[in-house]
Amino acid sequence: AEVEETLKRIQAHRGVVATIVVNAEGIPIRTTLDNSTTVQYAGLLHQLTMKARSTVRDIDPQNDLTFLRIRSKKHEIMVAPDKEYLLIVIQNPCE
Amino acid sequence: IGHPEIFPLVFTTKTQEIFNCRVDEDVTEENCFKLIKKEDIIQDLKTRATISDFHPIKKVVLEYPGEELLVVFDAKFQYGQNFYFVASEEAKENLLKPPETTEEKGEKEEENREETLEIHPYKPPVHKPWVSLGSEKEVEEESVKDTVTKIKYMISRVRKKFGAPITFTDKNASQVKDSYFECTSYQDKTFSIKILEKDVGVQMVPKVREASTQTKWTYPKNAATQYFPRQLSNEEKEESLSSEKLKEFLTSVHLRMEIALQQNEIMNAFFDDWKALAEDENSSGGKPDVYLKAYQSFTDLQYLKDRTISCICWHPTIYGIIAVSARDRLSYKEQVNLSDKSLLQQSVILFWSFFDSMHPQLMLECPEDIFCFQFSPSDPSIIAGGCINGQVVLWDISQHEEKLQNAKTVADGIKITAVSTVNASILNILQYICMSGGKNSTEPTLVRYCAVSSIQYSHKKPVTDIHWLPDYFEDNQMAATFDKRAETRLQLVTCSPDCSVLFWNIPATKLPEQLSSDKVREGEIFDMPPDVPDTFKHLDLCWKPLVKINLCESDINTEYGPVRMSLRELHYHYKTSEKVQSLNTLEVPTKESPYTEMGTSSSKNLKVLQNISTDFFVGTVDGEIVYSDWKMEIDSDSAKPVIQKHTQKDTIHTETINTLQRSPFFKDIILSVGGRNFAIWKEGITNGPILQSSCSAGRNTAGHWSLTRPGVFFIGRDDGNIDIWDLLKKTHEPSHFQNISESMITFISPWTASPKQHFVAVSDGLGVLHVLEICQTLSHPSRNEHADVLDYLEREVKYLK
Repeated sequence: AEVEETLKRIQAHRGVVATIVVNAEGIPIRTTLDNSTTVQYAGLLHQLTMKARSTVRDIDPQNDLTFLRIRSKKHEIMVAPDKEYLLIVIQNPCE
Repeated sequence: IGHPEIFPLVFTTKTQEIFNCRVDEDVTEENCFKLIKKEDIIQDLKTRATISDFHPIKKVVLEYPGEELLVVFDAKFQYGQNFYFVASEEAKENLLKPPETTEEKGEKEEENREETLEIHPYKPPVHKPWVSLGSEKEVEEESVKDTVTKIKYMISRVRKKFGAPITFTDKNASQVKDSYFECTSYQDKTFSIKILEKDVGVQMVPKVREASTQTKWTYPKNAATQYFPRQLSNEEKEESLSSEKLKEFLTSVHLRMEIALQQNEIMNAFFDDWKALAEDENSSGGKPDVYLKAYQSFTDLQYLKDRTISCICWHPTIYGIIAVSARDRLSYKEQVNLSDKSLLQQSVILFWSFFDSMHPQLMLECPEDIFCFQFSPSDPSIIAGGCINGQVVLWDISQHEEKLQNAKTVADGIKITAVSTVNASILNILQYICMSGGKNSTEPTLVRYCAVSSIQYSHKKPVTDIHWLPDYFEDNQMAATFDKRAETRLQLVTCSPDCSVLFWNIPATKLPEQLSSDKVREGEIFDMPPDVPDTFKHLDLCWKPLVKINLCESDINTEYGPVRMSLRELHYHYKTSEKVQSLNTLEVPTKESPYTEMGTSSSKNLKVLQNISTDFFVGTVDGEIVYSDWKMEIDSDSAKPVIQKHTQKDTIHTETINTLQRSPFFKDIILSVGGRNFAIWKEGITNGPILQSSCSAGRNTAGHWSLTRPGVFFIGRDDGNIDIWDLLKKTHEPSHFQNISESMITFISPWTASPKQHFVAVSDGLGVLHVLEICQTLSHPSRNEHADVLDYLEREVKYLK
């Protein structure tokens, strides 16, 4: 229930298009988009997050990735990584 | 020391005893002189040799001319040692004597000083005899004397030779022998040195060389191909959703995410102020040049003679193709009595291409004059049109699509099918038999229609408006076998002044049930000509509408004759996208309606769709705007399905409505054009229109929203003018107007062919299609235009209340 509540709160922010929770292997657990898009986002962003995290840790082993934001023309993709899960939120920035 | 004759000596006590010059006994400070005989010294030197004190001055002693040598006791160590030895006679004498004289002088001076108090009398100097001290010798030595007598010469010359002119001549010195002496250089053998030995360095380079190359080392790498994505089953998802780890994860992560989301909400960090400034400049500064540039105009003398264009449609996917439907130019009275009109001339839909303005590319044959037609949004080769007699016609031009796409090259060599018209009464119009005939290649291809709706169930009056419904409208839940083909199902809605709105369904393939329960025509099914695609063969002549809605108020029992209609959610997707959420099917609870009786045997149980709005606007023949709902509910009194929801009706326009269109930007804003004025309505506001124009001098005959700018729309007039209205600039008069033709404008259709090219197609009463290019100020919205127009509309709504 808490899980639901947190996810609902995030989804209720202004401009949020979609919310996806991905597990450590890149398989989506929870999503608000349709299946094929979710799978695409999950796979691609999981790999990108792994790459980003390894980059950060290569430079400084004490460091770790806390947040990843990709700003594109149409919207902004925000990824919050963790040890086991990944939270992906896609938002339209206010114009 | 200055005295070369003085030699300091050290006398040891032994030496002092031998020579009786013991310190403080024989020799004291006052009596410091001691004369020692030379022989004694020599004797001592011999006996004692090197240890003798005189050893350093042995040589001097031996050379000493005199007999006795003087040794002086040097108590004050004046010369460095306690004794010194005087080496010369003269010095000896000087040393011995002067001390006496100085002593004496000293005494005398002391005596004199005592007596000098007395004045001395002046005594002139006494002449003393010259004492020679040896200075004459020096003088003599220095004086110069002639050693040799000087020789005298006297030279004389004759006097006249003095001062005579003399001439000088040059003479080479080498001519005269011995006149000069030279020292020539010669190679002196003694100075030539032969190199017998030379230092040479040699470096040795080893013959051994190292070289290396890099070879491609292919190491084995795992590669994998995934055919479909891994997914978790529902139970696994549930399990992980409820796990503790997920809770912890979310608690730790959601704060970061919310910060980022809020940052985005507060401001857009990537907003380019410079670009925005440029856009503002464009819109605010000065009077921009607003115009519609004439691009092309199309007309055809053969098929469009004496005809007017009733509807324009742009081809949704192919660039530069416009389709135009023509109908007879009728006066107003004749338009009312359409049913008596008989066909004299073949009515067609012409396809024009930008690249060929003389010849239409394609022609679609129509059974009757077409009032309106539309391309199907999901498949642009299917076209549906509504005829003057109430039928709905379908065409399939997929065979000719390639030709349309290559419209640049002139079509050639395609055999055209000619048509023989059968002038039958309206009730028996069935099909036309096409005959192929040889025609020259510049004639456009004539495409026959694929299907016509059954006359019995079509409209009774001309079909005035036709719309395709988007994919997710399903008015009838089909049998299970049918659901899989949901994508290909197409739906149409038509309206006609016979007070009915019909929903048509085009099933993709034949329904076996349909055929069986079909009410076959009275045995007059003709075979289709061979070259017509049989896409809709199964529908031909037996096509029935799905749902029929009678527009009549339940209590007042008035009927409305809709001319134009506008449904709420008409999103056209020209590419099938999976993102469209498939909604539940619309199911209407009705059992009794005879109009839903279909050839399909499937259920009559239809449930109401939750999310789709079923409201629609209808503009009627009499100029009314009706806002109603097609949800069928059972009327308790008459047990007939009627429209239950309260309808709202407004009469603003005095004449028939010719345009009723939703704004492409705001889903609840409708533009209605009719008669002498136009109005803008907002769905849900029942007081009246948000904006209503004043009555204009001429009649407004056509209208359309601009596709790119939210606040701009075009109104066509009966004098051939186009008025361009901009809601943000002026609301009481058009911001710009332009004359297009001399006759009245019948249809306006804008189109965005590319981000740079915006066209508007305008047809006039003479059958000419004008394509105009919209200038940039009219086609590009300013930055906040959407928000500004929204504000304006909301303000207007507020004023109404």
